[in-house]
Amino acid sequence: MLETFGHLPVAWLLFAVLAAAAFMAFYVGRTQAVGIARGYTSQLNSQPNYHGYFVAMATIAPAAIILFLYMLFGESLVRAQFASELPERIRALGDLELGQYIDRISEHATRRDATATGNALFDAASDRYTNLVGLSRIAAILLAVLAAAGGFFFGRSRLSGDFRARARVEDGIKFLLFLCAAIAILTTIGIVASLLFEALRFFSRVNVFSFLFGTEWNAQTGADFGAIPLFFGTFLIAFLAMLVAAPIGLFSAIYLSEYASPRVRSIVKPILELLAGIPTVVYGFFALQFVAPIVRSSATWINGLPFIPDGFLAAQPTSALAAGLVMGIMIIPFVSSLSDDVINAVPQTLRDGAYAMGATKSETVKQVVMPAALPGVIAALLLAVSRAIGETMIVVMAAGQRAQITPDPTADLTTITVQIVALLTGDTEFDSAKTLSAFALGFVLFIVTLIFNLIALRVVKKYREKYE
Amino acid sequence: MSSPTEGPANTGSFVTEEALQRLKKRHAAEARFKLYGQLAIGIAIVALVALLVSIFGQASSAFSRHVLSYDLNIEASYVDPEGTRDPDAIARNVSGFNLMLQDQLADEFLADDADRNDQRELYGVFTRLAVLPIARATADAPETIGSEQIFNVALADDIDLFLKGGVSARKSVEIGTVAAGEGSTEDGVTLTLASQDDAEKLSAALTELTRTDVDDAPAVALIKAGNTWYRMESSEGRNLSLTYLAGPRVLPAEGAEMEALVLAQSQENRTVTDRQIAWTKILQTQGRVKSVLNTSLFTNSDSTYPELAGTAAAIIGSLLTMLVTALLAIPVGIFAAVYLEEFAPKNRLTALIEVNINNLAAVPSIVFGLLGAAVFINFMGLPRSVPLVGGLVLGLLVLPTVIIASRAALTAVPPSIRTAALGVGASKTQSVFHHVLPLAAPGIMTGAIIGMARALGETAPLLLIGMVAFVAEVPDGPMDESTVLPVLIYKWSTGAERAWEPQTAAAIIVLLVFLVLMNLIAIILRRRFERRW
Repeated sequence: MLETFGHLPVAWLLFAVLAAAAFMAFYVGRTQAVGIARGYTSQLNSQPNYHGYFVAMATIAPAAIILFLYMLFGESLVRAQFASELPERIRALGDLELGQYIDRISEHATRRDATATGNALFDAASDRYTNLVGLSRIAAILLAVLAAAGGFFFGRSRLSGDFRARARVEDGIKFLLFLCAAIAILTTIGIVASLLFEALRFFSRVNVFSFLFGTEWNAQTGADFGAIPLFFGTFLIAFLAMLVAAPIGLFSAIYLSEYASPRVRSIVKPILELLAGIPTVVYGFFALQFVAPIVRSSATWINGLPFIPDGFLAAQPTSALAAGLVMGIMIIPFVSSLSDDVINAVPQTLRDGAYAMGATKSETVKQVVMPAALPGVIAALLLAVSRAIGETMIVVMAAGQRAQITPDPTADLTTITVQIVALLTGDTEFDSAKTLSAFALGFVLFIVTLIFNLIALRVVKKYREKYE
Repeated sequence: MSSPTEGPANTGSFVTEEALQRLKKRHAAEARFKLYGQLAIGIAIVALVALLVSIFGQASSAFSRHVLSYDLNIEASYVDPEGTRDPDAIARNVSGFNLMLQDQLADEFLADDADRNDQRELYGVFTRLAVLPIARATADAPETIGSEQIFNVALADDIDLFLKGGVSARKSVEIGTVAAGEGSTEDGVTLTLASQDDAEKLSAALTELTRTDVDDAPAVALIKAGNTWYRMESSEGRNLSLTYLAGPRVLPAEGAEMEALVLAQSQENRTVTDRQIAWTKILQTQGRVKSVLNTSLFTNSDSTYPELAGTAAAIIGSLLTMLVTALLAIPVGIFAAVYLEEFAPKNRLTALIEVNINNLAAVPSIVFGLLGAAVFINFMGLPRSVPLVGGLVLGLLVLPTVIIASRAALTAVPPSIRTAALGVGASKTQSVFHHVLPLAAPGIMTGAIIGMARALGETAPLLLIGMVAFVAEVPDGPMDESTVLPVLIYKWSTGAERAWEPQTAAAIIVLLVFLVLMNLIAIILRRRFERRW
């Protein structure tokens, strides 16, 4: 019995049972309300349906809470109990190895076609683990059933002619809606907490200053954690990307909002948006397959020019320039649509005033519209920079892995995001400085982009208020 | 700007010589400025076109592939040596099927004294695992053993690539007929061409294809005379001295047709040998090597051999992941938007949630991958590489997008709807759920689909939660190891063999087709149901 429960996919079963219970409770509540009113339902404060909803809510809410708690903490409870039952010699292993041992057992135990391994202790432990899981599930289900029954009777006892069932139900709905909105906050808290927690663990092994200001990065060997080369690579590539995206995006936005006919606008805007819809991995492939070879052969050609010293450019098969150029293309629609919004928000009266003075269109744009839109445009560029810094796939595929500081854009550089991917792909133990350094890098990345975003969003908000 | 402030002398007319000059300049500046704008848009469009053209160009060769097609008697001595007719044993006996095909090829092309190297060269024409579908089909119907069946086996990736025009630059030259021939296929053959012109054509082609920037890498010519293939070692006037490669071991008759295939690289510098080319060419004239639609791209799962690799498992993995993402992001996103737009009191907490959502939308996607690795995998102990975790991470990632789109749709519903509902006695909740939400539904769905499309193309966070694992089986459910399309694209793009490039581009096109479909649905929804108030 315990064993079958240990293996059963109970989640779906429970879901069905809860749904059935809710239906039943609804029906009972509704019938009871009709009974209270003796058929004259207009006598009731709320319609019978709301009484039904109320009883259903009272029934499943406590059960759902208990099951949710079980989902969060059930496994760790089982593991703690299981660990305390293990023989002394295994418990003496230390937390990490003990954890891995239990991982192996739980993996073996949850496989449905598990067969005996021949290791008596392991098999016994695995059986015991299955039993414990089954036991914990039965306990959780019993508790949930009790809670549901309690809730059901409580709900029924509340029903009466002047019970404000609708208000109660609507409070419940509002609370549910609030929980959904709070998930966004929980996500942020989760991000900050997990990054901070792992980063602090990293900084307990590696000095913060040697991380932030060190110039040697050899994380794969676990030797050096100086992140300056990564910061340099990240900002160089973002800079190259902005060199492409800022002028093209801005001029497109100006042309579309000031010069283009509605027809041209309706064709060109979706095309630019198409660029934004292409997945980054596709840009990465484009950069690697087509742009990087062109960059390389151009660099080789420049090296071959008579007045250029030998080996002037590195001309690597993957290069910062290739990644930067393609990233720039990717960011164009981002810059153009944000600036387009900003430029359109500049009141027409300002333009009309300039035209009345005899200014040409370009003079109006340069001397009236752009100064008025400047804060918004700067915010758009800041958001674009933040996007460029956080972009991953293009640089992973086309920028390279070598941590070095060189102003040569045809050399292969590495970035924060490339290193995070390199450090966390493949086998990861959450206990080595190598893995933890990825979280420290992620923390830096998060903070930097957060600052850019906060400033940009604030400026945009201020700017909107100014012209609304 | 020009303003007539220079005194009474200039009053009377604005149209002075200088003013006209200035005006000309200003108009030129105006035209320049407009040109910059057009140029910027032009560059953006050219970049998009270059991207699409290059990817479609690469992919076009991956949608067909070459197979080796044989009618073979499935002999029990090969595929079921013990005679048990046990389906499992037959399906596992890949090497038996393999051997049957190898022996067939060896009968045809190898001399009796062929050594191991010759065999390896010949058997390299196809991949061992390519007979797997036949083994499975035979296992499903053991009664076919002993009867004639069609073997369609994928050619090795390099040879497929060669036939599609890759591997080496080449040129085919017609060189007339054989005037005379002497020697033997063992010790070398000398053939004389019928006309001097043809000899010159051949040497011109050789010079043309020989690379000038590399020393000592002359082009080579493979000569077909009759049905026999030779490699040209040297030539003197009309006399070509040749080494036998493949085909009938007889000297060509006088007047036999000749043909030369000139290749820029000698076999030391390419992945396909001269003999493999000759064999493939002979098989092609027999109709045994033919080009078919590459259906395995959609029906196969990942493989370490590009010619066998397909996207099936990744497509199913993507669908499962999207299912989890949709179940999390769409209801939670809509409810959060309803709360913020309709119910939230104006207080600090709401303001904080609002700022927070806007910020969350701009957090780099890889940070969500770190969150997933730390919380879902390390803290909550969920398994790596499963669609459930991937879907949860992507769900949190697109949640802000869905919320923002839903809020925009809710704001677009005019307040008169709400007040009218409240006016006839509906509660706030009723007015929202019975009136506002249904009216905002098309806008919300559009936003949700666009959010899903973004999640479908996302790669970076999934790399951090282990979805790069090699998965050769179609996943059964959200708790089964799997990979997704964009990650598969990333993995294939890192493959060393050249054949991965068209394969990757083809997978990109599969992904783009899905994205285009989703966006089309969103556009249709918007066109069909959008109301302007």
